[in-house]
Amino acid sequence: MINQNDQELQNEEGFREIEITVFKYNPQNKESKPEYQTYKLVETPGMTLYIALIKIWSTMDHHLSFDFVCRAGICGSCSMVVNGKPRLACKTRTSEFENGKITLLPLPTFKHIKDLSVDTGNWMNAMSVKVESWIHAKEETDISVVEKPIEPDVAQAVFDLDRCIECGICLAACSTKIMHDDFVGAVGLNRTARFAIDPHDERSDEEFYELIGDDNGVFGCMSLMGCEDHCPKDLPLQTKIAYMRRKMVKV
Amino acid sequence: MKIVYTDALIVGGGLAGLRSAIAAKDKGLDTIVLSMVPVKRSHSAAAQGGMQASLGNSVMGEGDNEDVHFTDTVKGSDWGCDQDVARMFVTTAPKAIRQLAAWGVPWNRIGKGPREVIMNGKKETIVEKDETHGLINARDFGGTKKWRTCYTSDATGHTMLYAVANEALRRNVIIHDKKEAISIIHENGICGGVIVRDLITGELIAYVAKGTMIATGGYGRIYKQSTNAIICKGIGVAIALETGIVTLGNMEAVQFHPTPIVPSGILLTEGCRGDGGILRDKDGYRFMPDYEPEKKELASRDVVSRRMIEHIRKGKGVKSPYGDHLWLDISILGREHIEKNLHDVQDISMTFNGIDPADEGQKGWMPVLPMQHYSMGGIRTKSNGESTTMKGLFCAGEASCWDLHGFNRLGGNSVSEAVVAGMIVGEYFADYCVETHLRTNTFTIERFLEAQMNYLKEILSYDGGKNIFDIKDRMRTIMQDKVGVFRNGKDLEDAVYELEDLLKMVKEVTVTDKSLGNNPELNEVYRVTKMLKLALCVAKGALERTESRGAHFREDYTKRDDMNWLNRTIATWVNPNDTMPTLSYEEIDISKMEIPPAFRGYGRKGAIVLNPLSDRREREIAKIKETLGAVDRFTIQEALMDFDLPKEYKRKNERVGVGYD
Repeated sequence: MINQNDQELQNEEGFREIEITVFKYNPQNKESKPEYQTYKLVETPGMTLYIALIKIWSTMDHHLSFDFVCRAGICGSCSMVVNGKPRLACKTRTSEFENGKITLLPLPTFKHIKDLSVDTGNWMNAMSVKVESWIHAKEETDISVVEKPIEPDVAQAVFDLDRCIECGICLAACSTKIMHDDFVGAVGLNRTARFAIDPHDERSDEEFYELIGDDNGVFGCMSLMGCEDHCPKDLPLQTKIAYMRRKMVKV
Repeated sequence: MKIVYTDALIVGGGLAGLRSAIAAKDKGLDTIVLSMVPVKRSHSAAAQGGMQASLGNSVMGEGDNEDVHFTDTVKGSDWGCDQDVARMFVTTAPKAIRQLAAWGVPWNRIGKGPREVIMNGKKETIVEKDETHGLINARDFGGTKKWRTCYTSDATGHTMLYAVANEALRRNVIIHDKKEAISIIHENGICGGVIVRDLITGELIAYVAKGTMIATGGYGRIYKQSTNAIICKGIGVAIALETGIVTLGNMEAVQFHPTPIVPSGILLTEGCRGDGGILRDKDGYRFMPDYEPEKKELASRDVVSRRMIEHIRKGKGVKSPYGDHLWLDISILGREHIEKNLHDVQDISMTFNGIDPADEGQKGWMPVLPMQHYSMGGIRTKSNGESTTMKGLFCAGEASCWDLHGFNRLGGNSVSEAVVAGMIVGEYFADYCVETHLRTNTFTIERFLEAQMNYLKEILSYDGGKNIFDIKDRMRTIMQDKVGVFRNGKDLEDAVYELEDLLKMVKEVTVTDKSLGNNPELNEVYRVTKMLKLALCVAKGALERTESRGAHFREDYTKRDDMNWLNRTIATWVNPNDTMPTLSYEEIDISKMEIPPAFRGYGRKGAIVLNPLSDRREREIAKIKETLGAVDRFTIQEALMDFDLPKEYKRKNERVGVGYD
């Protein structure tokens, strides 16, 4: 499919034509069969996969489903497999692909909803509950009094790990996750590392061990590090998983 | 017929909705949060620069307290806000931030001793006191007297949202995502819940509750260029309007942020300027001091946005294929500062524009232009957050016109409002749910379900051959071109006329996929219809308001007119078949104000028609103060404008160095 206006744009401006091939399937519909559909469109300057997919949806295929929210690399909604690698679509520029051919697949390991849309919310919520992704403090804080002081460097270190956007890319890039569906993944282990270094959290290593001291936790990781290679936030996942593993081995 | 019953129902899973859910759950209520997207993907996550709370920890915030925050907020609103609400807000904000700290938000902390900062384009050294070491830090933001905006680098909304979402999960708040509320169930002026469309299966479900809260955020996506996430379509606000009973307030009050990046419209935080970044024109000249000698780049957002467009109109914009723009220069802050405190800004600029803003000189300048950013208008509520006209329907956060922001919101007051309203309104909402019994009968529920089913079928039966995407594009272009930063009678008239036409035209579309199941094209038809109704409220409100106040600026009525327009625009959609909102006005009473209307201290001088009641109230206030004699600030405040707040939140806030004074 190619759009009429695009044809004109291509001729006038000399922009190249690109081909985006999308996996299409609606599991809710019994008649739907998994298939690929290819769309041809003119690449405008600075085009991202967000811009390209919105264009395809609004001018060529109104049925196409995908998940975008912030379109700025902040919310983690639009993870998908782009020419074989899990990435945030909104931060992927089409000009990166020299031959102008891009194939898009839904993010694996999550429940497939339709086309490029997957259910990450329920999995991430369940993971958050499983690793108890919140501060554990014995005493309640009086919110009218001056807050507890925290060393600036420590706050910064916690923030650096708190930057995870739960996009699911680490799981899609993880061999353990493909074998063990209940593996909490780098996302879950990073969350525990984040709380382990937060002075507000009073959990002991033993308590963390209860949460992640098994094959679905820190001992499931095979250290292939697909997570860190693909993390769009450049989180230090390798060192943080190692940090938690060292702690857990001692328990 | 699928019906889900609960005690407290919250539509919207951003900061306001989730914080309210915590308030409800803490009172033992069964609580469900509905969200179109996984809650941690809500637009709250995109708030970058920070949250205002008058902690007064940093040396640059010394002397800050509720009174100063209150004054800044009132002036920022151009006296459009509800001063009661502003008082409730500033009193609770320090508690909110301290609670969030205890919940693990890794606020940037103060390091004692000297620290280099950029102020007014120059390097300066400030010295933090020993006793503040490790306390929550703050940065400068526009329209504030003190450095008051607390932050986690430039990902403040993200860390806040995650902390609050996880606290909600900890309390077993039930979250149903990929669900969209498309209609409000109500009977005898009482809200009974919502009709929801499952965005995975297309199924319609009735969620029935003792109390319902709308916390669905703003309606920025009615504009072509907006910093808002693509889910910010105002659907929650629109379904309230469609009841014919619920009223919307000040829909024409739309904020344009000075520095989204061109052309994607992705926001670059006000923290860029707060930390010392400056605006430059095509000649590299820093122009803001010429227009705003006192506040410069850090006047309120409405003022800076207008000054920028004014400067572009003088031919000083930088030409580009996407129209003229200006430059934002943060390179002067130094690479180390940028990579630590403006990390996401750098990432955005490099990813989407190929510019590293830490590069020195012109190479690092980022192209910026004012674009739609925030919706001050929304569901009109009482100060407890309940709709003024429908019982049992509450609203919090950007979706509401509570009304904290009046005609212009200060940077840093949005995520702050979201959490604080979640605490205060959440508490009142929970109280309501505790005291109320379910009274909606099954017949009513069925009637509302059927009406929506019939409506969706009707959409699929339209057969006029028009394309909903064209209608949407046209709406967004009209709003952009005719209801923007500068407005005038003729353009607004055109806009209202054309938008009404577009609303009628929706019935002439053809939906190619006839499925009632997962059908993104069908979603678009009902959403655009709702967006058009909101767009009409904005455009009509702007047309009728023949004055300039805050973000609403009329080139044909350039003065703020306190004689005729110190009021709130109230919009209703009386009959479902109407093609135009019905407007009325709610007076704002000067005689009850703690700070009567005056000059804001920035923006154009002499552009106000003052009301003599301002003077009278000023004299009254002077007299009250004189009678009271030497008393503390709390006694004076109470005498001038006493306000209600849940007891826990009304307590005094302790500050370093001054205790509870």
